[in-house]
Amino acid sequence: MNIIQSIKRLYHQFASPPYFYRISGMWLPYIMGLFIILFGYGLYGGLVTAPTDYEQGEAYRIIFVHVPAAWMSLFIYMVMAVAGAIALIWRMKLAEIVMICSAPIGASFTFLALATGSIWGKPMWNTWWVWDARLTSELLLLFLYLGVMALYNAIEDKRTAARAVAILALVGVVNIPVIHYSVEWWNTLHQGPTVTKFDKPSIHLSMLIPLLVMAVAFKLFYIGNLFMRVRAELLLREQKSKWVKELAEQS
Amino acid sequence: MFTAWSQILKRDLLIAFRRRSEIIHPLIFFVMVISLFPLAIGDDKVLLQKIAPAIIWVTALLATMLSLDNLFRSDFEDGSLEQMTLLKVPLSLLVTAKITAHWLITGLPLILITPLLAVLLYLPGETTWMLLLTLLLGTPTLSLIGAVGIALTVALRQGGVILSLLILPLYIPVLIFATLALQNTVQGFSAEAQLAMMLAILVLAITLAPFAIAAALKVSLN
Repeated sequence: MNIIQSIKRLYHQFASPPYFYRISGMWLPYIMGLFIILFGYGLYGGLVTAPTDYEQGEAYRIIFVHVPAAWMSLFIYMVMAVAGAIALIWRMKLAEIVMICSAPIGASFTFLALATGSIWGKPMWNTWWVWDARLTSELLLLFLYLGVMALYNAIEDKRTAARAVAILALVGVVNIPVIHYSVEWWNTLHQGPTVTKFDKPSIHLSMLIPLLVMAVAFKLFYIGNLFMRVRAELLLREQKSKWVKELAEQS
Repeated sequence: MFTAWSQILKRDLLIAFRRRSEIIHPLIFFVMVISLFPLAIGDDKVLLQKIAPAIIWVTALLATMLSLDNLFRSDFEDGSLEQMTLLKVPLSLLVTAKITAHWLITGLPLILITPLLAVLLYLPGETTWMLLLTLLLGTPTLSLIGAVGIALTVALRQGGVILSLLILPLYIPVLIFATLALQNTVQGFSAEAQLAMMLAILVLAITLAPFAIAAALKVSLN
């Protein structure tokens, strides 16, 4: 019982904008610091110490950016959907803002995954773009993100806009597996997953470790970036409230 | 509960028959856009035959999307939608009546006119039957998914472009399975698997979309 109560208390604390603003400000330097360390290590491990692939040569090294970016693109959509559900059910203002602020970051990661994939495809498949299943579903994910952002910008009242976007994000989440499998069935050329086969990964450990470090670094970057955006959005929305005025007077 | 449902269905059908242009305009759009393709490509029988299913499906998708604007617009503007939310009958149920009416008004005529267009694009008989079957299974799904988008954008002044941004990505599975079924038929394979998937998507849409539509309408009415 105690655990549930303390989770509840934590939830209510985080739902309060001034508390979140204070705590996220305290955490932000550590998150970004850790991100820089892990990002540096991951880049060094991936670009310098990892061995050359016997089939793909040096060009494979782009996966150290490409794969974590692709993971993030889906992960952020899931965060948006969960935050959207919380916003719809409990009308939590902070969840709305987390959802809205995630959209541009998610769209950027999706674009990064597409761009790096395309650059990798040029030497490997000898073409910038193929209508392959995974590329196509990533492109569609980008469209879903753009739709979310367009809808949010089109509705003037931002609280109404957030609720509309939450519904759209939830509808999108139901659709993502359907879209993914339909596209997979439609055409497939992309190499199969090599990391997620947990029993016996077909990727060497010296490549896997930098890749996973990069994945963690990208997550930290997302959290840090999200905190910055949420803090700015909170100040903007709560500009008439007491705690923001006090903050403004202090500085 | 059922009387409210059938009353709304009857009312929407009656309104549509009084204003027949609502039925006819999407159809004219459908026929006109399809006839643009032979004009742009040239009278190349082999090529047209090959891309005819894709042309008809993409155009059907666009025609459905354009016709969606009628679905909630007038009820939203004259306030009857707001009255519907006050009824004891859940809104999610009532919207299914409106969507059924909308499909009967726009989806069904589209299917009925397709054989004619198939002839224009030199499509053989067997493929035409499969095309009709995919349209029969696919257009209700398009109406249901599109209704979510229109429910979200009905309060907006320039909702049209945003609507297409929202729902076109969601339409893609239907498009893929329909055109795959048609490709299989052309090549002499069975299309049962794709048809089963289309039916599954339809069932999923019937089950879940009404709740999303009702929630979105309540946000728009806010």
